[in-house]
Amino acid sequence: MRRRVTMVAVVAAALCLVLLWQPGMVRVSAQLSTPPEERYASPLEVLLSPDGARLYVLCQGADEVRVLDAATGRVLRTISVGHLPRGFSFSPDGARLFVVNSWDDTVTVIDTQSGRVKATWAAGFEPSSVVEDRPGKLLYVADRIGNNVTVLDAATGEEKTTLAAGRGASYLTMSADGSRLYATHVYPNATPHRTPPKSEITIIDPAQARVVGRMMLPDIAGVFHVALSRDGRLGVAAELHPKNLVPMAHVEHGWVFGNTLTVFGADVGRSVEVPLDELDRYYALPFGVAITPDKSRIYVTHGGSDCVTVIDTKKMLAYIRAHPEPFAEDLSASANYVEARVAVGKNPRGLVLSRDGGRLFVANRLDDTISVLSTRENRVTQTIKLVGPDKVSPLRRGEQTFYAAKYAFQGHFGCSNCHIDSTFDGLQWDLEPDGFGKDIVDNRLLEDLRGTEPFKWNGGNPSIAIECGPRTEMYFWRSQTFDDLTLADLVLYIRHLPLRPNRWRAADGALTPAQERGRAIFHRTVDKLGQPIPEGNRCAYCHSGPKGTNQKSFDVGTGKWTDNSGVLDTPQLMNVALTAPYLHDGSAKSLEEIWTVYNPHDRHGRTNDLTKDELNDLIEYLRTR
Amino acid sequence: MRRMTCIAILVVIAGTVGVAAQSGAHPVRKVHAVAQALGVPTMPRFRFENFTTANGLPDNHVFSVLVDGDRVWAGTENGLAVYEGGNWKTYTTADGLAHRAVLSLALDKRTGDVWAGTMGGLSRVSAGRIDSYTQLNSGLSNDVVYGVSVEGENVWVATAAGACRLNTRTGEWSLYNERNTPMNEIWVYAVSAAADKVYFAVWGSGLLELNQKTGVWDKWDDPDGENEMVLLKDQGLIHEITTSVSYVDGVVWVATYFGDSHYDGRYWHNFLTKDSGLPSNFTNTMRGIDRKRAWFGTDKGLAYFDGTNWAVYRPALDTGKPEMTVRDARGQVTAIPVETAPAHNYVLGIDFQGRDIWVATAKGLSHGIYQP
Repeated sequence: MRRRVTMVAVVAAALCLVLLWQPGMVRVSAQLSTPPEERYASPLEVLLSPDGARLYVLCQGADEVRVLDAATGRVLRTISVGHLPRGFSFSPDGARLFVVNSWDDTVTVIDTQSGRVKATWAAGFEPSSVVEDRPGKLLYVADRIGNNVTVLDAATGEEKTTLAAGRGASYLTMSADGSRLYATHVYPNATPHRTPPKSEITIIDPAQARVVGRMMLPDIAGVFHVALSRDGRLGVAAELHPKNLVPMAHVEHGWVFGNTLTVFGADVGRSVEVPLDELDRYYALPFGVAITPDKSRIYVTHGGSDCVTVIDTKKMLAYIRAHPEPFAEDLSASANYVEARVAVGKNPRGLVLSRDGGRLFVANRLDDTISVLSTRENRVTQTIKLVGPDKVSPLRRGEQTFYAAKYAFQGHFGCSNCHIDSTFDGLQWDLEPDGFGKDIVDNRLLEDLRGTEPFKWNGGNPSIAIECGPRTEMYFWRSQTFDDLTLADLVLYIRHLPLRPNRWRAADGALTPAQERGRAIFHRTVDKLGQPIPEGNRCAYCHSGPKGTNQKSFDVGTGKWTDNSGVLDTPQLMNVALTAPYLHDGSAKSLEEIWTVYNPHDRHGRTNDLTKDELNDLIEYLRTR
Repeated sequence: MRRMTCIAILVVIAGTVGVAAQSGAHPVRKVHAVAQALGVPTMPRFRFENFTTANGLPDNHVFSVLVDGDRVWAGTENGLAVYEGGNWKTYTTADGLAHRAVLSLALDKRTGDVWAGTMGGLSRVSAGRIDSYTQLNSGLSNDVVYGVSVEGENVWVATAAGACRLNTRTGEWSLYNERNTPMNEIWVYAVSAAADKVYFAVWGSGLLELNQKTGVWDKWDDPDGENEMVLLKDQGLIHEITTSVSYVDGVVWVATYFGDSHYDGRYWHNFLTKDSGLPSNFTNTMRGIDRKRAWFGTDKGLAYFDGTNWAVYRPALDTGKPEMTVRDARGQVTAIPVETAPAHNYVLGIDFQGRDIWVATAKGLSHGIYQP
């Protein structure tokens, strides 16, 4: 009875939200209070203790590591760590567990024997993965915002160096013999405007703490975990293959995303991109990868499709040898090597195999469960429910919708394909409603969106409900699958995505001298020649308020021949340093280019009177926003 | 008298070498022994192997050279070449290099990344990936990058419009020019950075020093002003037109087009052709080894100063034949017979590989293999 009442209340609340988010009601909806925080466990990664007896679960939502009995799922210990932990790993001797806390920029060092936190060390910007070298001397940390791998002294946490990795460096995997460390990244490396994206697997020699190679991944944007076989002869990386240069009009032909693996190593002799999708079904967001000890099977989690793909390695290698590349676009290929698709929980992410390869543990982030698969039977034999809220809140349902690909035609992709981990993807897309080849648009960051309406670069959508509702269904998903409640939950989730800490602004808000000088330029009303700057040509006029937008549209001279109109929405400035490239179509590769290349007539603010160092100051200030 | 001495020594050495060759002994060692016996200072000897387009270099005009272990990088007028395992590989603008003409090189010893200053921006070469920074796409002060130096997480850059610093952790660019330093001119030719101090050779504006701890700038000028007249030789920097700087062991070595200088923090000491072994006052580059020793790249050959004596290595100015001369503390010059010399007299870059030396010249890259 109580559950029924609760459900009715939730439905009523959701309906109210939908009703409130109509055009013209934006201000009202912005005043809605934030729903009470639900501390879901949100398991992101899993590890097995060296003896296989304990399952370590990285609970991102609860800021905890939970230690479970691997056989029964019983909780043995709960260890609090920093905020939003994203990765963890054992020291080679198993005595220490390292956890990276992505919003604290710290590493938590845990004594596995006592379960106590022994130290908390500073790391780079948004640490996302951590691995210790074999001798136990150096600790490698991938920094997503830093775009590098920071090398720390494994005894003291002192920083030794930083190695340049790919943009959005996020996941690290050590080879079984400890001789090579592989780093992937979730945002593509910079390429010329409207050219295919490129990514890389950065190869590090951990003995030298040097990058010794970069395996180039053409056409790829969004690379997640790498797995390596025990003999070191086979490597597999899970990745996204976006098709953003063609109009997003042919979902049915697979022309939006491919979900693929890059397979490399001596068994292959080169790196080969291998498709995971099928002709009429897609397996979105490949994230975690594991290879069985005997190398016979490869397991891939699909965060958007709520399943695990099982690949017969021999058949896959035989297919690779028998077929000339490229065949990443051949959706009939996977039938030759995919053995099974095993349904698991919502948004499956990290996975780990037992030492004998008989059991596979999968962390289902958005329903707080661990699926235990029998690899002999390819089925879930046990589901471990983690402690957390019993009910699924509207916010949580919205997040589930955000990560689910099932709403798109044939399960092609979900919101989080383009908004990786609810952020952005660094790509520009040709959305069909504006016309083929028209209005190429750069993807924008989804954080703290309240008060930044309207949406779309042309300012055409007054609310998220419009942006994510009929428009998305019609033009993105090619299906009409959102019911009102689903949409209300999704909108709720997006509206409550928090703003991550700004890494360029001091904790106390104090500005450096350069940032202070830049702030003065941002707010100036008179140019260096003593001439008044018209109100509409001042930085602080359009980019006003705490979020850096007056929510109006202007023609600042950045329109291109491909645009239907040069009048563009004023984008918000929060965390603007993260989201290169810039301008509505992503044509400016850096903040500098907005003014050095694309503002020849001072229409996008009065800037041509500035010296180079003054422009640098302005940019230093913008990076604090 | 000096000529007679040389001839006499050569006769003796030639005879000794002949005897040594007949007896199977090492001829170079014998030369050393003879030179020592005659009181000629022992200076390093090299067998030079030269690289040009004929054996793999992308261009003979080599502006800069950098050694990283077994790898040698050459900044040429037509790309950045790396010599590894006996083969040359060239990076060009097609690979992302900012410009084909690579004027300067620096190694980040912590990461192994190579920073290349070019005529069109600054490039970082990291395990084959090249990221380029220009005055348009970054905070770089100017695209013409004459010099680069890496210190910790900072990359210091000398450009045609001031100097700048990139903090590789934060991505922040800091610019240094006439507006915030005592830089009269902004044509910065070279930079040498260390944790305590950073020195800039500013063409026409002497030597600038930035104390990193205090943030205080100091400026060193030619006390005689911008002319070639030297009234008091060791009273300060030898000339305003500085071209190269090398800060090592708390001592700064400075090259100019009108002689070279050494400053130990208290006293200046200057070098001119008329009273030192410097083959030319027109010095393109300089590398200090320690407080006493340094190498000089001039328009008339490569020179080495061991704190007392000088050695010059070059193709002879008249005949073009390989030449090595040694000048002792008394000014006595002795010709040492050699069979090889750097590829050209116009020396633009110097680096070291153990006891070997690599020399960038206007007509090829030279590997001086140390001869014990």
